[in-house]
Amino acid sequence: MSQFPLTHPGGAHGFVAAWKWLAALALVWILQFTLVGDLDPYFFTILMYAGINVVLAVSLNLVNGFTGQFSMGHAGFMSIGGYTAAFITLFLAEREPALLQGMSGELVFIGVLLLGGIVAGAAGYLVGLPSLRLKGDYLAIVTLGFGEIIRVVILNVNAIGGARGLPNIPALSSFGWVFSWVVFTTFVVWRLVNSSHGREFLSVREDEIAAEAMGVNTTRAKVRAFVIGAFFAGVAGGLFAHYLRYLNPQTFDFNRSFEIIIMVVLGGMGSISGSIFAAVFLTFIREALRYLKDSGITQLDYRMVIYALMLIVLMLTRPNGIFGTREIGDLLPARLRRGRLPQGRAEGIIR
Amino acid sequence: MSQNQVALHARSLTMQFGGLRAVSELSLEIPVGSIFGLIGPNGAGKTTAFNMLTGVYRPTSGWITAFGQELVGLRPYDITRAGLARTFQNIRLFKDLSVLDNIRIAMDQDPKGKRFGIVPAVLRSRNVVVNEEAIEAKALQLLKIFQLDSRAQEMARNLPYGDQRRLEIARAMATGARILLLDEPAAGMNGQETASLMDTIRHIRDKFGMTIVLIEHDMKLVMGICERIAVLDYGVKIAEGTPQEIQRNPKVIEAYLGKAASESHG
Ligand SMILES: Nc1ncnc2c1ncn2[C@@H]1O[C@H](COP(=O)(O)OP(=O)(O)O)[C@@H](O)[C@H]1O
Ligand SMILES: [Mg+2]
Repeated sequence: MSQFPLTHPGGAHGFVAAWKWLAALALVWILQFTLVGDLDPYFFTILMYAGINVVLAVSLNLVNGFTGQFSMGHAGFMSIGGYTAAFITLFLAEREPALLQGMSGELVFIGVLLLGGIVAGAAGYLVGLPSLRLKGDYLAIVTLGFGEIIRVVILNVNAIGGARGLPNIPALSSFGWVFSWVVFTTFVVWRLVNSSHGREFLSVREDEIAAEAMGVNTTRAKVRAFVIGAFFAGVAGGLFAHYLRYLNPQTFDFNRSFEIIIMVVLGGMGSISGSIFAAVFLTFIREALRYLKDSGITQLDYRMVIYALMLIVLMLTRPNGIFGTREIGDLLPARLRRGRLPQGRAEGIIR
Repeated sequence: MSQNQVALHARSLTMQFGGLRAVSELSLEIPVGSIFGLIGPNGAGKTTAFNMLTGVYRPTSGWITAFGQELVGLRPYDITRAGLARTFQNIRLFKDLSVLDNIRIAMDQDPKGKRFGIVPAVLRSRNVVVNEEAIEAKALQLLKIFQLDSRAQEMARNLPYGDQRRLEIARAMATGARILLLDEPAAGMNGQETASLMDTIRHIRDKFGMTIVLIEHDMKLVMGICERIAVLDYGVKIAEGTPQEIQRNPKVIEAYLGKAASESHG
């Protein structure tokens, strides 16, 4: 499928147009109640992290890939969402433990995930609005600083565990929930970039000055993409918190943001399939490298060295990422290919 | 076409860049439905005038109104929505998007069109789908006027130069603006392409009642299609009138002939 099909899919709308997504969702829950229980626990853990990383990478791609704004604060939004959700479930575990059982537990979980996402989105608005109004790479600097500030604040607030972290978070994350969010995030981002809103985002990435000259309110478009990205990062934080069952400010340091950026760049800025592929691939590679060390094959921790080397080789051979801006469907028929990302930035004199 | 109705009115526009006064006390009154030329040697301040009119630069002083609405201080996108759209001397297409998407992006912003929130867009509601189909049909119609409909699916960067210039004009029109500012639309075109562009510009004025202001070095084009011409030299308007008046004006002749040795155009 090309990014924007010339002929709109036969006027299909609403649920009819969404049947593939609904089918994917159904499959997730069928797997949850059949296969998942029998999986090797180690493999299962990696799978869960892969799913959470897909949510993070796809949502960051909306900002960094499709809208062309370089955010380095995804881990910061993840921590806001994670801490918000965990704080509430821990509170309930103490006061109303019955609420977290069975069906009501599932409902509470979906509620706190959404709340975590909304708080993260609101933080995204506060951070994004002032920095996205400016032209140039202020966003990278501001989001970098923001991530650190959040970490230091959490470190110093005892009510949320401070440096000790938050232990004993209720185990509410399941395969079903994580992969439902994988499907939902992909659905929202896919539909969005293939809509008039997505065209606005792309026009900002292509040429901000031309976009404004065509009537696009570029600040509003950038803030929208950024807030939506922050929302999903917040949700991912909640999923993560209730799977690992322990949060610690160090979990969300700059390295975490960087990891997600690498997934987006490696997969291809502006390719959703690429982000999904890279998120899964890198999650598994990291674990494989961890195994190298833990099993005593090597004494030294070569993990980061191999990881870095691999990234360098990949970026040298495929500078636009594995997928470029293409989607998996583009590979089937030879169709419109949107090719490389532009380097176009506003220059001094506008002619 | 009524000649006494003013589409675009600029009064005493001045743009100061540090010690350089790129445009000085420029006043223009452009009637609805006219084709107006802005000429002058390189560096005279023509593009700077366009940048002020479209809100890219805020004038150091002066006033601008389009169809009676005050424009100074508005953001470029609000000015476009108020009915004033432009092309760029250095083509600024959305290069890595398709020709069709270049048009659709502009059409989405037409204040006469429909806008949808994020939720209906994601849910792909019936109205959204109907609107998408309408936009696509409209975009293809517009592309046809510029003989670009057969290239709708191509990436803008892959179009030949002349087609890129035409696509930029089509994109400006797609915003729904009634006034088009064209910055050197024939630059880099051969004689045949220029002639066909002249026809297209006349056609969109006659058929859609567009008001067109163009900066151009190709004197044959300017003299051939403009009803009125203003001449800038060193940021100052030295003459304004019909093509015949401009060709006879001693100041204009001096500004051009005095520079004839160093300038290759004209
Ligand atoms: N942003 C800017 N900063 C400083 N000087 C500028 C800027 N934009 C234009 N100029 C200067 O203003 C003068 C007029 O430029 P311009 O309007 O591009 O001329 P024209 O389009 O008539 O060839 C030139 O000397 C140019 O260098
Ligand atoms: Mg110029």
